[in-house]
Amino acid sequence: MKTYYDPNDLARFHAIADHAPELGQHFFAWYRAVFGEGALTAREKSLIALGVAHAVQCPYCIDAYTKDTLERGCDVEQLTEVVHVAAAIKGGAALVHGIQMRKVADQASMA
Amino acid sequence: MSAGPTQGLHRTLARSSSPLADPSEQRALLALTTSRAALRVDFAAALTEAGHGPLAARSVEVLQVNLGRRCNQTCAHCHVDAGPERTETMSHEVAEHCIELLRQSDIGTLDLTGGAPELSPEFEFLVREATALGRRVIDRCNLTVLEAKPMAGLIDFLADHGVEVIASLPHYRELNTDRQRGEGVFERSISALRRLNERGYGRDPRLRLQLVTNPVGAFLPPDQAVLEREWKVELERRHGVVFDHLFTLTNMPIGRYLEWLERTDNLAGYLARLAGAFQAETLHGLMCRTTLSVGWDGRLYDCDFNQMLALELAPGEPRHIREVLRSEVARRPIVTGAHCFGCTAGRGSSCGGQLT
Repeated sequence: MKTYYDPNDLARFHAIADHAPELGQHFFAWYRAVFGEGALTAREKSLIALGVAHAVQCPYCIDAYTKDTLERGCDVEQLTEVVHVAAAIKGGAALVHGIQMRKVADQASMA
Repeated sequence: MSAGPTQGLHRTLARSSSPLADPSEQRALLALTTSRAALRVDFAAALTEAGHGPLAARSVEVLQVNLGRRCNQTCAHCHVDAGPERTETMSHEVAEHCIELLRQSDIGTLDLTGGAPELSPEFEFLVREATALGRRVIDRCNLTVLEAKPMAGLIDFLADHGVEVIASLPHYRELNTDRQRGEGVFERSISALRRLNERGYGRDPRLRLQLVTNPVGAFLPPDQAVLEREWKVELERRHGVVFDHLFTLTNMPIGRYLEWLERTDNLAGYLARLAGAFQAETLHGLMCRTTLSVGWDGRLYDCDFNQMLALELAPGEPRHIREVLRSEVARRPIVTGAHCFGCTAGRGSSCGGQLT
């Protein structure tokens, strides 16, 4: 293995079912159902997936959902805004824990 | 795309001395790329796997005439490699043969394309004669040609003859359009659309105005119905433009688009994407099955894409418009290749948009 991440591995995702076929079938059936048209459109779900892909920093998901959102008629300006939403939530999540820091600091400090 | 938002005109392959200006080089590149075993890009095999025999035509309902390579634009994705310096253009003799074929047959539609077909000296002749025969006439229009000064009376001419306008516009926002079609194209396209609307196009049911959009990159087009709803709202809200329908077209790995795919290391991936998205349900509606394509020099093809790859009708079929009567070619075998996956991918693609 030369690298941990290889773009060709994305097309081999289905092979994850090889040693647990039933679990694999459940996962892929559920995955398809999740991304179908529902109360949210398939396009809205794809944009959410792209944002989450950045939040969890999954290169496979970023590859797949960048192309998927483009094929659903989104453009790179919209995709960039999605990344900012993901970044804002991740950044905000770090920052809001500052309140926790303040509580601990206030508790441990003399007034 | 690699082109930046401020890029001006793109260059033709011919002008940039690319080997791909030669159709046989394009066929060789496609063959070389698809010969890699791992790719599985074999159109004949895909037909067999789908339980379908070789493709054959059913009838000729559309005579699609390519009037030449000359165009006032040089779009990045052009499969024709059209541009301002191209000189190939239809002679009056060939145009007369086209009208004669319409006269001797019940082919219902004359579909005019190019290049910019309006720049051909034979454009008005073909429109006049075909409409006099009561045929539906389509003008595949790049919009900006309507803004050129010498073409001042063109919109009235089209409207007076009830010509259906099928116009290219990649997006309802400026950035995405100019990246594909060249700087300033969006503004002039919107101006042309407004003038078409003023003349009744898109409003009067007799004056049909359809828009066509291709992806700006190496990916498939979106769902046509979903996109049409969005475009109707956004084009009217942003620009006060109305239209009848939106057609989504898949980019064909031919011409300048093929060169771009190769240059940016997208070719193998794009061909695999097209082949992997093969849908047998698209086969019935493929335009080659009801279309006869004529080149500027009168040569015959199954479609405009085969025309640009210089893949003429199957052996034994007529070579030239002067030799053809409708009955001779109505049930001809179709010449296919790896590029045909462009029309069968996903929801399918044709000159009338999505197939399923």
